[in-house]
Amino acid sequence: MTATKAPSEPTQKPAVRRPGDRIFAGTAKASGILILLVLAGVAAFLIGEAIPALTAPAEEIPGGEGLAAYIGPLILGTLMGALLALLVATPLAVAIALYVTYYAPRRIAAAMGYVIDLLAAIPSVVYGFWGLAVLAPALRPFHTWAADTLGFIPFFAGPASSTGRTMFTVGLVLAVMILPIISAISREVFSQAPALHREAALALGATRWEMIRMAVLPYGKSGVIAGAMLGLGRALGETMAVAIVLSGGAGATLTLISSANPSTIASNIALKFPEATGIDVNTLIASGLVLFVITLGVNMLARWVVNRRADFSGAN
Amino acid sequence: MAKRIEVSDLNIYYGNFRAVEGVNISIEPRSITALIGPSGCGKSTFLRSLNRMHEVLPGARVEGKVVMDGQDLYGPDVDPVDVRRQIGMVFQRPNPFPTMSIYDNVIAGNRLNNKRMKKAEADDLVEKSLRGANLWNEVKDRLDRPGSGLSGGQQQRLCIARAIAVEPDVLLMDEPCSALDPISTLAIEDLMTELKEQFTIVIVTHNMQQAARVSESTGFFNLNGVGQPGRLIEFNPTEKIFSNPDEKATEDYISGRFG
Repeated sequence: MTATKAPSEPTQKPAVRRPGDRIFAGTAKASGILILLVLAGVAAFLIGEAIPALTAPAEEIPGGEGLAAYIGPLILGTLMGALLALLVATPLAVAIALYVTYYAPRRIAAAMGYVIDLLAAIPSVVYGFWGLAVLAPALRPFHTWAADTLGFIPFFAGPASSTGRTMFTVGLVLAVMILPIISAISREVFSQAPALHREAALALGATRWEMIRMAVLPYGKSGVIAGAMLGLGRALGETMAVAIVLSGGAGATLTLISSANPSTIASNIALKFPEATGIDVNTLIASGLVLFVITLGVNMLARWVVNRRADFSGAN
Repeated sequence: MAKRIEVSDLNIYYGNFRAVEGVNISIEPRSITALIGPSGCGKSTFLRSLNRMHEVLPGARVEGKVVMDGQDLYGPDVDPVDVRRQIGMVFQRPNPFPTMSIYDNVIAGNRLNNKRMKKAEADDLVEKSLRGANLWNEVKDRLDRPGSGLSGGQQQRLCIARAIAVEPDVLLMDEPCSALDPISTLAIEDLMTELKEQFTIVIVTHNMQQAARVSESTGFFNLNGVGQPGRLIEFNPTEKIFSNPDEKATEDYISGRFG
């Protein structure tokens, strides 16, 4: 930096570029730009169509109390269902992934991995029917019990639903739906934990669980977070299963087990859109915009979490 | 500290393949025992059987006896985890935990033993172990930085510090210098001569000069051909191995007239 200034005209020779390289670089760049364009297009559409709802007087919005009062409970419902699903599915998925990669005999592990992956192939409408016909009735006793014994916690405040079509049931259905995503990604990263570090832990006198805690979980942490965020993305946007199971539409409540539940953004759009006209359509699109922003925020948060301790990630 | 290891009639298998057969050896405490021999002759496999790391691989098993100061390491009620806490190991490639700081790497083994150490106690142990591994002066200002940011030689010394922090009876070293430059190698060799005051050290090396420089006793492993099990051909004081070995094969190997 101290010796000479860079010459004003760079005399660097253009590097030889092979046609194959140029074609590949071109396609890759075009694909990248295309994704950005699609994203920008979606955002522009959502914002453009949402503006009438954003600027409309409060009494014209469905419900008559303004946009915030309309979308607020929907946001709450969306987040509650998705977070409950994430809370249930993540530990379970990590446990499954650990079992498959480090505990199960090889043949059982392969079969189990295959079965879990199959869960991802079931259409969400089937999950919806299963939730409605099987899970909801089966959970009714739990709802009553929770309202009686855990009622002092806002999440379990009564009265308990008599149908079982509650946010709690929805959360469990969503948990089963996102389980294969999280466990598949966790399995992948766990199986790649370097033998070098696993042996280092064992040679220090670690038991298998301690070895996993020292050498596998820290290594796989960012992968698990990425998988959880993918799962959360699916849970936030899930439409059909929620629309079938949930008897939503009530205002903002925190309780998971009563029949008065807020709906979720995606299922609300699906249920209301066919009969919506005029400003109602704009309102629904505005709620879609909110969902878009939430998902974007979740992804950015996940990225930030993963990058925060990049020095210690083991990738260097 | 520093215990004697007696090995008798040890056969080591990978599944049905017998990799090492009929090893009888007595490893003296407070000394360095070097194991030399061509690639694939089973010396690393033998080393890993001493702290029961061999059986970590699926299908790997061992027949015979390994006795450390009267305790049969392969006895029916011996937990391999306990064996590994008494017999530390340093690997060919430096392997500090990348997700841990230098400080946490050093006391990783102690944390395992469920000792809830006081901060001051842990600080002392870290300093003592890093000094023991001749690394303290280089890293004392960045103990909270990741261990993977150190140079290869420093990482290997960090691994040695980690191994000696749990105060094992025996230290096994599997080609600890093969990924290092000559200066770092010298540092590790000096360290080994210091460490043998306290520990029993067994080192596998491809570098015959290294074996000659640091060890008291040397074992030469060889195999008759590909697919044949490796055997301990000769085990003698290092001076004798390198000046007047009993076996023709040993002489051929160390003088480079091998094969």
